[in-house]
Amino acid sequence: MSWGESLLWTVSPYVTLVVFVGGLIWRYKYDKFGWTTRSSQLYESTLLRVASPLFHYALLFVIVGHVTGLLIPIGWTNAIGVSNDAYHVNALLWGGLAGLATLVALVLLIWRRRANGPVFMATTVNDKVMYAVLAAAIVSGVVTTAAGYAPTEVSYRTTVAPWFRGVFALQPDVVAMGAASGLYKVHTLIGMVLFVLFPFSRLVHALSAPLGYLFRPYIVYRSRSETARQRPARVRVRQNRPL
Amino acid sequence: MRVMAQIAMVMNLDKCIGCHTCSVTCKQTWTNRPGVEYVWFNNVETRPGQGYPRRYEDQERWKGGWELTAKGRLRPKAGGRVRKLLGIFANPRMPSIQDYYEPWTYDYESLTTAPLSDDVPVARPRSLISNEPATIRWSANWDDNLGGDPSPDPVLEKVSGEVRTAFEEAYMFYLPRICEHCINPSCVASCPSGALYKRAEDGIVLVDQDRCRGWRMCVTGCPYKKVYFNHKTGKAEKCTFCYPRVEVGLPTVCSETCVGRLRYLGVLLYDADRVAEAASVPDERDLYEAQLGLFVDPESPEAAAAGLPADWLEAARRSPVYDLITKYRVALPLHPEYRTLPMVWYVPPLSPVVDALSTTGHDGEDADNLFAAIETLRIPIGYLAELFTAGDPAPVTAALRRLAAMRSYMRAVNLGQEPVVPDAGLPEEELRAMYRLLALAKYDERYVIPTAYGNVPGVVEEAGCPLDYDAGRGAQAPFGESSGRPVPVSIENFHGLKERQTSDEVTHERVNLLNWDGRGTPAGLFPPRKGKS
Repeated sequence: MSWGESLLWTVSPYVTLVVFVGGLIWRYKYDKFGWTTRSSQLYESTLLRVASPLFHYALLFVIVGHVTGLLIPIGWTNAIGVSNDAYHVNALLWGGLAGLATLVALVLLIWRRRANGPVFMATTVNDKVMYAVLAAAIVSGVVTTAAGYAPTEVSYRTTVAPWFRGVFALQPDVVAMGAASGLYKVHTLIGMVLFVLFPFSRLVHALSAPLGYLFRPYIVYRSRSETARQRPARVRVRQNRPL
Repeated sequence: MRVMAQIAMVMNLDKCIGCHTCSVTCKQTWTNRPGVEYVWFNNVETRPGQGYPRRYEDQERWKGGWELTAKGRLRPKAGGRVRKLLGIFANPRMPSIQDYYEPWTYDYESLTTAPLSDDVPVARPRSLISNEPATIRWSANWDDNLGGDPSPDPVLEKVSGEVRTAFEEAYMFYLPRICEHCINPSCVASCPSGALYKRAEDGIVLVDQDRCRGWRMCVTGCPYKKVYFNHKTGKAEKCTFCYPRVEVGLPTVCSETCVGRLRYLGVLLYDADRVAEAASVPDERDLYEAQLGLFVDPESPEAAAAGLPADWLEAARRSPVYDLITKYRVALPLHPEYRTLPMVWYVPPLSPVVDALSTTGHDGEDADNLFAAIETLRIPIGYLAELFTAGDPAPVTAALRRLAAMRSYMRAVNLGQEPVVPDAGLPEEELRAMYRLLALAKYDERYVIPTAYGNVPGVVEEAGCPLDYDAGRGAQAPFGESSGRPVPVSIENFHGLKERQTSDEVTHERVNLLNWDGRGTPAGLFPPRKGKS
């Protein structure tokens, strides 16, 4: 492994992390108003109602797959008696299905965005860049998943995953990562670009998944003084007496 | 008992001439921005008619409001919490832009740039959604004054078929609509982000623009379809009850500019502990009485003990809205069957009955004639009952009888005859008070609005004493944008709007972001670059 590549796998994950976390804090602090799904359902609903749930649900599966694949060490599954082959058959089957579904839905969504006049008009440059990276990440992911079944391929469980876990332990296993195949490396790099883009694009809406809705009472009351306090100073009005 | 206060509205439909001044002034004030071109916080519908958005009252289709579960508990008609979250990736019950109407502008430029020719140049319509040349097919008010196309009105469908045609010939009236600022708002209940809320002090239902994430469930949840999606900002917007005005004791813009003086604003006190109980009575027809039962008499000891500011209690005692709803019982809620306990009520129209009588050669203002006509003209009663009392004709008849009694009593007074008090359940002095409130409708009797600060009602001063600003909390920076005394919302809006309306183009020295439409970068958005002059 070259000196440059080892530097890449050491530095880039931390740059990504800093930009991701810092960007999110910045965005939340200064652009709560822009923090939205920016839905285009008002313009076009028929295609969206099929493609969007398909995309998002499949993506949830993909995320679960990534979490399992990257966070669970190979020793653990061995310990509970799941053979490496059985693991990979499952990963290929479910991961491949979820990845394909995501890809199909993404193609539908991008086509909808391009073909429908009002939806295309509402698409910003930021959106286009995000779509390009997202598409690249998904395509490379599906290709990697398919290629991962070839017997010659080194498993990501002994290469990418240890490196990934090491990143959070502040000891990225650069050697393991260097042993991964080119496909994995490309997919990892694209993934990092996606995380860098995340705070600055519409992707942030993923972090506002409204799980709190399940636990709150239906009707929300807020007092006027409470809202006035949250307003920026420029438009603040006088506090009222407590009622 | 937990007494809460709400600023509520009553509209006297007898006086509405369908001039749309309320709609236009509201639009100029709140929704004259890109992204909300199609949005009318206030609209005036011709009844019978489809309404805006089209057939919004068809809840089998739109699933707005609440329903009772098998156990008798309240649940949003579009589904409870889990179902909402599962369907979050594409709202299955969202009206499309075509259900409202596709907003448009005209190619005005072609009027001046067209080459010289024998034909007069025309400004062709252009869609504001797709930017393509468009054919105008529908608008917020396409069936204005038609009042006759029977098929699409979901309310008419509930009235029996054979009487429909006769009814359409006899009857047409206007229904101005704003957000109902419900006591049990289903839009608030539908919002997964918790961005919609009901203000504890005055009951105004608002969208927190910083917390809205654009899930669009509120659009579905509101049975009146009065929450809208801003397609430029990706956020929900709705009627604000002109809260910056109401806070300082001013009536809403729609009320202020109503040429018919038909809107009334005042405080209503209600028992917040019994809201769920009132909204979940099994029979829809009991909802009107159940809601009446929620209201707390401002003269009662409970109201006095509730800890409200003195001027709010005083305003509640002088409230024209309380009188019309509870004392005279002439105002009725719009579609109580949605179980949202709406707080914009309506005095049903009597005039068409009077007109119908007069055309038959009878004395249209004689009490006996009128009473008989109200009873026999069952068709309008049935329709009005579907609108205001979930189909129960009794409260509508009673309200109309009281209006008729007032009318014939006051006619006798004005003609110098011996006034007879018709039997409508109201004593003489109340008939006179009701006449004063409904017919003379003085400004300060129509609008009794306590300010948010606890000032004397009528003292209009938002900025107040500078010492009361909370400088102590370190909210203001010593330099830059946030320095100095904060500018109250209404003043900032006022100046921004004035500037925008009086300048030919966007050339502000400093851009007021409240008025910035989000398109492009107007001069002044960023400070000038160094080296460029």
